[in-house]
Amino acid sequence: MILTIAFAMLPLMSFAKKDIAEAEEEFNPTDMIMHHIGDSHGWHFFGSGDSSFTLPLPVILYTDNGLVTFMSSEFHHDTEGHHVVEKNGMRFVNFHEKIYQLEADASEVEFDADHHPLNAEKPLDLSITKNVAAMLLTVVLMLLFFFSLAKHHKKHAHAPKGLNNALEALVLFVRDDIAKPQIGDKKYKKFMPFLLTVFFFIWITNLLGLLPGAANVTGNISVTVSLGLFTLVLIIVNGNSDFWKHTLWMPGIPTFVKPILAVVEVLGLIIKPVALMIRLFANITAGHIIILSLLGLIFILESAGVAGVSVPFALFITVLELLVAFLQAFIFTMLSALFIGMAVQEHEHH
Amino acid sequence: MDLIKPEFGLFFWQTIVFLVLLFLMAKFAWKPILNSVKDREDSINDALASAENARLEMKNLKANNEKLLKEAREERDIMIKEARQIKEKMIADASGEAEIKAKSMIASAQEAIKMEKQAALNEIKTQVASLSIEIAEKVVSKELTSKEDHMKLVDSMLDDVKLN
Repeated sequence: MILTIAFAMLPLMSFAKKDIAEAEEEFNPTDMIMHHIGDSHGWHFFGSGDSSFTLPLPVILYTDNGLVTFMSSEFHHDTEGHHVVEKNGMRFVNFHEKIYQLEADASEVEFDADHHPLNAEKPLDLSITKNVAAMLLTVVLMLLFFFSLAKHHKKHAHAPKGLNNALEALVLFVRDDIAKPQIGDKKYKKFMPFLLTVFFFIWITNLLGLLPGAANVTGNISVTVSLGLFTLVLIIVNGNSDFWKHTLWMPGIPTFVKPILAVVEVLGLIIKPVALMIRLFANITAGHIIILSLLGLIFILESAGVAGVSVPFALFITVLELLVAFLQAFIFTMLSALFIGMAVQEHEHH
Repeated sequence: MDLIKPEFGLFFWQTIVFLVLLFLMAKFAWKPILNSVKDREDSINDALASAENARLEMKNLKANNEKLLKEAREERDIMIKEARQIKEKMIADASGEAEIKAKSMIASAQEAIKMEKQAALNEIKTQVASLSIEIAEKVVSKELTSKEDHMKLVDSMLDDVKLN
């Protein structure tokens, strides 16, 4: 029992360790939280400065002179733009996890009042960041899990046992409780691969995000924008003529209302996936911020006694996040299925 | 604010990674899994349907059997009844015939008796006649002196007859 609690506290403790290191300087809760929920070029686990334990990740930059690649460790954990990395005659600095290409004579990036760099430019950054690496981890896990389930299904006709059985139950949950009721028995099959992939991708990524030192992938707007766009593309590509007629030229209403309604409907079409992406991003990020804020309280109030209150609270929120992780994956998949279902639905002609 | 500003790099990787994942999973995981689950469900449904069919068939068979049994029973009853009737008829016929036969036998026996009797009577008549003649001869041939002699003679004659 104690062991379980201790294990559950592990993520919190790892945050705490980092916080102690930062607290030695001047503790800034906003920076700490933003650092934890944001993306970075190395995968930082614990410690600070040169003594920290960080997994170096490849930095890939598309500059005016072509592709430049090097490992993030070449910045030597510097995110303040002091350490200059020279590659192919170009000089790069990492300022707050953004990589700038310095102009010839500059040694440090300078900004104007609107935070535009004065003596540097931003190359196109296609680095394998912490979030990309975490995303790839989810991919590896999914391939492992579901290829093993598929292997079972290729060999045997009977129901699988153990983990495979649990996975199959989840697959059937997506099919019977999400796809079939929302899209309909006739057309759901076509969308099963997308719905299953998006459900398990979000869920597993959410869960991995709760682990100590893990990345906040689904709580990053870039990731959810991409996922939301997949749903939008599916709606646009698969929308039948009925759907477009109802969107652009709604039948059965006075003609002068039709253009007004068309504007509303087209806006709605775009707002649906936007709502999807914001909901997922906001929920996951909010969960992380709450946990970090509760732990940050210890350092803001500079009292270890606060830990007695904030750690159990943070633990409670972490457990709640386990539920949220599933719930958000479910909601995203459910609403995607619903929107697709609306687009492919056959209207009865009145 | 950085938090809500999409980064192209991450967006790019997410899109690529998701597309590759979608392709791999659809081809190598979801398709075999969903197909096999579908097959299993179909086979379970088939099994259930065939079990239901078998049950119905069994029920029909049972009803049929019962019907057959009932018919057989009825037929048996009819056969028994018929047999009984035949038996009674046969008995009745047999006794009637026997009676007629007996009657005719009795009648013929009576006839035969009558004829025999007639024949015997005729025989007796001839015997008596011949005896009378013999006696008469003897009486005539022997001179009878007394009444007693007469009687004696008659008795002896009768004794002779008896001896015959």
